[in-house]
This record gives sequence, structure tokens and C-alpha cells, in this order.
Amino acid sequence: MRHIISIREFEKEEIDALLDSAGTIDAGRYDRTALADRILGVLFFEPSTRTRMSFEAAMARLGGRSIDMGGVEASSVSKGETLADTIRVVSGYADAIVLRHPREGAARLAAEFSSVPVLNAGDGAGQHPSQTLIDLYTIRQAMPLDGIDVGLLGDLRYGRTAHSLAYALAEYNATIHTLAPGSLEMPQNVIEGLRDAGVEVVVHTDITEFAHTLDVMYVTRIQRERFPDTASYYAVASSYRVTPELLEGVRERMIVLHPLPRVDEIDSRVDTLPHARYFEQARNGIPIRMALLMEVMG
Amino acid sequence: MTGNRRTLQISPIRNGTVIDHITAGEAFNVLRILGITGTTHEILSIATNVASGKAGKKDIVKIENRELCKEEVDRIALIAPNATINIIRDYLVFDKKGVEIPDVLYGVIRCPNPGCITNTNEPVRSRFEVTAKGLHCTYCEWYLTEDIAGHII
Repeated sequence: MRHIISIREFEKEEIDALLDSAGTIDAGRYDRTALADRILGVLFFEPSTRTRMSFEAAMARLGGRSIDMGGVEASSVSKGETLADTIRVVSGYADAIVLRHPREGAARLAAEFSSVPVLNAGDGAGQHPSQTLIDLYTIRQAMPLDGIDVGLLGDLRYGRTAHSLAYALAEYNATIHTLAPGSLEMPQNVIEGLRDAGVEVVVHTDITEFAHTLDVMYVTRIQRERFPDTASYYAVASSYRVTPELLEGVRERMIVLHPLPRVDEIDSRVDTLPHARYFEQARNGIPIRMALLMEVMG
Repeated sequence: MTGNRRTLQISPIRNGTVIDHITAGEAFNVLRILGITGTTHEILSIATNVASGKAGKKDIVKIENRELCKEEVDRIALIAPNATINIIRDYLVFDKKGVEIPDVLYGVIRCPNPGCITNTNEPVRSRFEVTAKGLHCTYCEWYLTEDIAGHII
């Protein structure tokens, strides 16, 4: 039985194999009844649109079904049930569990109590391995993954997707460039971990300094709810904004990614430029999650 | 002469545990992590900043009528890695062992990350790997690198 908890548990060869598998699925070559007798337990303890819907859609496209605990307020969680007990119960109903939880480490705990595979769909500021695979898949559609220059912009302190992507890219000898507003810099232990893994990490303070050197510009949302007031939010939010003007002079193959939802960190005029790949990135959630479901239940 | 002074500073015990070679200044933290406070009933002898040939200065704690278990020794190892544990029975050293930080600590450290799942009412003990970079929470992947004594449960 295999759980999918963290991208750091994958060897490079495994990542490549999963991306290959997603590519095959993307080309329409897959068994539409592969999971016909299987049930996916969908446990989302916090809001999500793309992750939840794409897991359910992926399961449906493989002929399987999903069961959903509904919102937290409608479940036994509101009565004080522990996650461990919820997992023990649902693993008796389903053949795999996909879990989104606000606490870091929740997926690893769930795996300890589950009798079926657990797929981490995001645990707090921790891990979100399927999103990282989607990011890698989208990059690989545009260019080889080896030796690229990747800029990470936005909330790099709490941004789990940026951390996971950086760690995964360490396997591909990437150079990581970071740009974050004052209080949201990438944690020093993450930077040290990346450097220990052989990644060159360059910390920037102005996006115009390095935008033209990038192959991938990975933009994340600054979470307004983390700031005490609107003014302090805008003070940091305005420290970067991706506009058509900024993208003049960037590498021709450079792509802009964003795990979405975005607020105003990417100008909507960018959407029609060839660099914009964030909607393809969201769509790629289906083949990647189909590949993962096949990996744990196929 | 120096040896006689030490004998006067901290007298022998009949049964119990002598924790020697504690890092100077850590004796009270050792007591805290053993759950020994001013309101508990152990008979204690404590010497701090005693001259030591190896470390210059050290602390010593003697606890009468109590033998430490492995988990307690693990905790002491985190803040006093050079300590030695002497189990005393009828004034004689029955067992003598150095402390050794284990590869994994179960239920010893409280994770400093307030968002970690182990800081809730879930039925799990904290779990930390001991790494060169610090203590690594295997649930939330945070590293604890300082004030380890302050996070001992």
C-alpha cells in the first residue's frame, strides 16, 4: 500500500514515470473502467475548488466513484471527533482517501491510522504533492526540466506549493530565484535544505532584476487574511505584479505559472500572452490526479 | 584536597540515581524534565558549577529512591549530552551508563509549530528525528534548532 504524502518521498525516476503516465492519459490512452469498482473517500477540512473537483473528476474518468464527508460543519468533526477516528472510519468505506486539512502533518498522521492509501491534497502550509506534480508536468510540456531557472514569487513563507516545487526541482539541477515581500520570505531552513540538496538559490528584491533570466515564473497569491489590515496587505502586495510590460524582453520560452486562485498579482492582460500557462496548469490536474489514483488503486 | 571538597558538597546516597557531568547550568532543567519541582517529594542533592577535569565546570544531581527509565535518560541527553547516569543500590554503583541521543524521539519534544497536527488532541505522540540540522518533526517537517530544553514535554 502506498500513501502519497510528500513530493520529497519520490525519487526522480518515479516522478518521471508519473509524468509519463499522465502524458499517456492526457493523450486519451487509458482504460475508462480501470477503477470501476473503486470508491474514493473525499475528506476536505478546508475550502478548495480545483483540488477537490479535479480529484473527483479524475476518479469519475477512470470509472470510479467518490464519497464525500461534506463540509466540516455537517460532519462528525463538528462534534469533536479526532482526525484519527474519522480516518479509521472512512478507510472502512473507501478504497483510498484524499485529504485536505488545515494542520501541517495531518496527512502523515492520517496514513498511520488508515487501512487504505491516503493522498495528501494539502496539509496547512505543509505538503501538496499532487500540485507539485501538476507544476512539473506543465513545465515539461514547455521545456525539458533539467537545468532550468525558476523564479518563485509571492508568499514564500507559507506557500507550500512553492516549497514543494523547489524541492522537486532540486532533482533536476534547477536554479531557484526567490522574490517575496518583507515578512513572507522563504524560511531559512528551506533555503538551507535546498542548498544542501545542491540547488543554487538566489534571493532577489526587485523582479525587474531577474525576470529576463527565467525559464519559469511561478507566482503565488499573497493571502490577504494574514495581514491585520488592508493597508498593510497592499504595502506588500504591490511589491510585485506580473504585467505585459514586465514580460517584455523575457525569454521566448519563459512560462508563467500560478497554482490559482489569483487575486491581482497577475494582470489579466497577461492571460492572452503565450507565456501564460496557469489555466493549462489547472487543467493538467486531471491527468496527474488520474495517474496518482491509478498508482495507489490501479 | 579538591576531591574532599566535592565530597562535602554533595553526599552519597543509599539508593537512587546520580546524574553526573551535566552541562554546567543545566541541573535545574534536568530536574524540570524529570518532573521534579518544589512540590514533589524526592530527596535531592544538587551541585552546580562544580569543578570538572573534563569540562571545566559541571552540575551534579542525586535523586534518592528513584531509578531513571530510558525515556527519561533520552530527555536528559538532549540538554546534557555528556552526562553519566549512575544507578545506586545500597551505596554501590549498580549500573553506570552514558546518555546517548537516540535517532528518533517519541513523545519527548513538543513541536514548536503551532499548526502541527501533533499540537492537537489527536491520539499520537510527537516524533522527532535527530539530524545534523536539528530536531526534525516527522509530521510537519519543521526543524527545532534552539531552546530545545524549552520544548521538552
